[in-house]
Amino acid sequence: MTAYILRRLLATIPVMVVVAIFVFFLLRLAPGDPAAIIAGEDATAAQISAVRTQLGLDRPIFEQFIVWLGGMLQGDFGTSIFSNLPVSRLIVQRIEPTLSLMLATLAVALCLAIPLGVLAAWKARGFVDRLVMLFAVLGFAIPVFLVGYVLIYIFAVKLGWLPVQGYTPIREGLWPWMESLILPSVALGITYMALIARVTRASMLEVLAEDYIRTATSKGLTTNRVLLLHALKNASVPIVTVIGIGVALLISGVVITETVFNIPGLGRLTVDAVLKRDYPIVQGLIIVFAAAKVLVNLLIDISYVFLDPRIRY
Amino acid sequence: MSLWRRASFLCAGTGFAIAVAAMVATTTAVHAQQKVLRAVLHADVRTLDPIWTTQTIAGIHGMIVYDTLFGNDEKLNPQPQMVGKYDISEDRLVYTFTLRDGLKFHDGSPVTTKDVLASLKRWAVRDNVGQRLFSFVDRLEAADEKTFRMILNKPFGMVLEALGKSGTSVAVIMREKDAQTDPQQQIKEAVGSGPFKFSKDEWVPGSKTVYLKNPDYVPRPGNERASFFAGSKFAGVDRIELVWISDPQTAMSALVNGEIDFWENPNIDFLPILEKSRGVKLMKTGEFGTNAGFIRLNHLHPPFNNVKARQAMYRLINQEDFLRAIIGNPEYYKVCHGMITCGTPLASDAGSAMLNDFNPKKALQLMREAGYNGEPITVLAATDHNTITPATQVLIQAMREAGLNLDVQSMDWGSVVSRRAKKEPPAQGGWNIFVSTMGTVGASNPVLHPWIGAACDKGLFGWPCDAKIEELRTAYAFAQTDAEKKQIARDLQARAIEQVPYIPFGQWDSPYAYRADRIEGIVPNTGLVVLWNITKK
Amino acid sequence: MTHSAAAEAPLASSPLTYAATAIRRNPTIFAGAVLLAILAAIAIVGPWLVADPFRQAPINRLRPPSERFWFGTDQFGRDIFSRTIHGARVSLIVGLSVATLASLIGLCVGLVCGYFRRIDGIIMRVMDGIMAIPTILLAIALITLTRPGLGIVIVAIVIPEVPRIVRVVRSVVLSISSQPYVESAIAGGTRNTKLLARHILPNTLAPLIVQATYVCASAMLIEAGLSFLGAGVPPEIPSWGNIVAQGRTFFQIAPWSILIPGAFLAVTVLAVNMLGDGLRDRLDPRLARRM
Repeated sequence: MTAYILRRLLATIPVMVVVAIFVFFLLRLAPGDPAAIIAGEDATAAQISAVRTQLGLDRPIFEQFIVWLGGMLQGDFGTSIFSNLPVSRLIVQRIEPTLSLMLATLAVALCLAIPLGVLAAWKARGFVDRLVMLFAVLGFAIPVFLVGYVLIYIFAVKLGWLPVQGYTPIREGLWPWMESLILPSVALGITYMALIARVTRASMLEVLAEDYIRTATSKGLTTNRVLLLHALKNASVPIVTVIGIGVALLISGVVITETVFNIPGLGRLTVDAVLKRDYPIVQGLIIVFAAAKVLVNLLIDISYVFLDPRIRY
Repeated sequence: MSLWRRASFLCAGTGFAIAVAAMVATTTAVHAQQKVLRAVLHADVRTLDPIWTTQTIAGIHGMIVYDTLFGNDEKLNPQPQMVGKYDISEDRLVYTFTLRDGLKFHDGSPVTTKDVLASLKRWAVRDNVGQRLFSFVDRLEAADEKTFRMILNKPFGMVLEALGKSGTSVAVIMREKDAQTDPQQQIKEAVGSGPFKFSKDEWVPGSKTVYLKNPDYVPRPGNERASFFAGSKFAGVDRIELVWISDPQTAMSALVNGEIDFWENPNIDFLPILEKSRGVKLMKTGEFGTNAGFIRLNHLHPPFNNVKARQAMYRLINQEDFLRAIIGNPEYYKVCHGMITCGTPLASDAGSAMLNDFNPKKALQLMREAGYNGEPITVLAATDHNTITPATQVLIQAMREAGLNLDVQSMDWGSVVSRRAKKEPPAQGGWNIFVSTMGTVGASNPVLHPWIGAACDKGLFGWPCDAKIEELRTAYAFAQTDAEKKQIARDLQARAIEQVPYIPFGQWDSPYAYRADRIEGIVPNTGLVVLWNITKK
Repeated sequence: MTHSAAAEAPLASSPLTYAATAIRRNPTIFAGAVLLAILAAIAIVGPWLVADPFRQAPINRLRPPSERFWFGTDQFGRDIFSRTIHGARVSLIVGLSVATLASLIGLCVGLVCGYFRRIDGIIMRVMDGIMAIPTILLAIALITLTRPGLGIVIVAIVIPEVPRIVRVVRSVVLSISSQPYVESAIAGGTRNTKLLARHILPNTLAPLIVQATYVCASAMLIEAGLSFLGAGVPPEIPSWGNIVAQGRTFFQIAPWSILIPGAFLAVTVLAVNMLGDGLRDRLDPRLARRM
């Protein structure tokens, strides 16, 4: 097991190198010039070029890459061009909101989608099944920001039950924290719920058709017990796989959701940094996102061992 | 117990546990007693050095943290702020300033003339107005800790206006050690002597900027009425949080829902909703609009290197079309056929006839006469700006309908800002036209007006080049009487309209929206938003 | 197959009855296909029939739906109905081109990977690298790289979608080449091209088509998301994403400007997804059970 994890971790190195090279050169070839943006609205060309020299942006691109890579290897992500703060600090202070949003979305989606999927499989081809599947197909089709605006309009502006925007850190109280997460996680969770409900239903159907389930049913076990203990457990591998795929989906969704609900998370940070050409932040962030994704995949592979005794490493 | 139930209990139980813990936690909330002003401004504070960058938001940040020697009042007249008393010699060559008592930086050290001289010198390197002023300064000398003299070699008439300049690159006073930073480098600490301290630990660039009350701040004695940057300043709340909300829809909902107290620039289209919302009020910031829109033409390349082609463009611009698209409600915009902000003392109708001749057919004909033969005209079109983007769309449509051949280059505002600095021909990465906006306060004065200048290569993007314009601007700075100043402003506007440094498309007023049930004491200011003196109920 | 079809449709002589049977057996494919056909017709013919979507009339800004402006007007006083109809064309072009391009590139790369095992490792690492970067972030970065335009948006969405297709194709190639009959064909000296044409390509086609429909649907949503973030096709082009993105500021005062094009987008994505689901059930029962 340990050997497997080590091997997997080693295998991520080339992936990360590809990501690093790709991101760095992509950004440097982009036409925008952070020096012009930072120098301000009325800055003259001479002022802009002075800023460029100061930021080291006039040096050969290859040299800049080596400097950056060298820093990365020592854990130094560089300094934001605009705020002059270390990129690592900017990223760290944004992790909590994004992580909270992702976990809340995951919680909302799992607590609703898995029961729905199981229900649909159990009543396969019935009315409930159709309804769940309709929801699942629709969930894929509606843009996240549309859902977000409608939710804000109904629950925050009209009814006044929940805050419109923003994020309250968990240390300022659990309820304020949760309150700020309900609408965004529901908005973001709808796509995700649709995905998980579909997969749950499909894998449940497959498992329910297996002989041992029929045996279990004929032995006189209750439906609940059959559904959950036997069927759901055996159907869990594809479900977990899709949760992993979903995390990737979530990262993209987070960017838009954070914009709609004004959550100061990593997604917002990335969009702002790209539009402002704050290269060090974008580079650092994409590395972090990529690393997170690789890590999640690893965790999922490991979880298979616990879910399915047939899988061994 | 069935597993089915067990699972649902797990979900419900977790929720319940969190809810209970939440209630416990809320009762121990920390910031309960503090008075916090939550404000949404037009941009996010990303750069701390108001001298190093000309971003407006950095100017606002600077005015919260730092203090200035002079501050312009609502009539745009300079009034002493950090300066207690001052004296101007008969020949207008020697200015003697004495600082007020009790001025202290946030680190506890007193404000001395050393700090002042270092700050002014750094400002003079970066700022255009500062450069102009210092080209006439013979020397600066400190008489003692509190008194210093500025000795001129010519009787430059705008010393106090320049020191009290609002808008961007304001002459704020920093500690000597910060002011000694190379003007080409950003300062690292924002330690000033203003009514609020910058809380660096709580700063989340892209999201939130926090300022704490400066208990040691000594306001101008006598409780002078606050007017723009003049008058007594005090910290009315314990804490200012500048919350950055990029989506105007979200910002409006947050204000209506009471999550924020103050919103600097609500979209005009939202005003009817805001007016109807309980507790929300709107406030106009002054007698004239806050922003003016303009279309910049590149004087270096054809077709607009020909003055006839530039003048032809006037015929394409119907200001109403632009203002309706970006503002909508006529109550909040004003057509202005001039280059000096309409409604300000120096405004006039000199040369305005040319701006008031909307005739697209004639435009094409004049362009042809100027040698335009259907070559593509490169327009830089911003995609992500709430006023510039729609204004550019209107321009593009107007030019296309007139029969001009356009090469529209869509890009985010950040890319426009960097591309407009390129002097190459349009086909090699340069440009012909971009649209932008400017503050009306600067544009009300021939010297402070950033875009009317025609200093050729040394000027701003577009690089208009006209010795006469520059002569008039310099002459204005030495004008002694109001009549003389007015005449120069008239001549300047007439000359500028003839040369077309840019094409104005009107000015508009963006009122503040705020929670009248929670805050009071907002000082209206057309130049930069003022957040001191606001108190929370 | 022939036998069962004949048995279930004894009156197959009448095309109408045959169609009825087909609809009954594959209602999702049918519904999806009909919806798409309608939308495609709108996209192809519509723009010729409606008013100029670029025509600005600031005097008529933000008008609610009426007889004159069926879907209302936007902040420039442009007719949203006509913009929405033009938007169908843009969105379908984005969806179809991304699906086609990503499938073709993915197919080639996937075949190469599955076939030439020596470079498989390198290509798959590159694919893993691209996949590790979140789609929308990669697209934003790519779009800011060059001037925004329809072409760039399409390319920017294609790149992150390619690895997904490569994976599908590659896994099919690998599983097919280990089948005994293919192994024996290889041993028997069948030429590569023949092997490819006869055994491998036909087997990859079904999962490829299914995957392509999902790519098509997600491409349209990503286009809308990019426009929302201000990094999509140029704002003057009437794509649904742009109409919605420009209308979002006015959501509370002019909800029609965002809800109507939003509904069109949702229905189109829905139709493509339904078609995909139906095709998957029909073409690839094995995959159907997994999803």
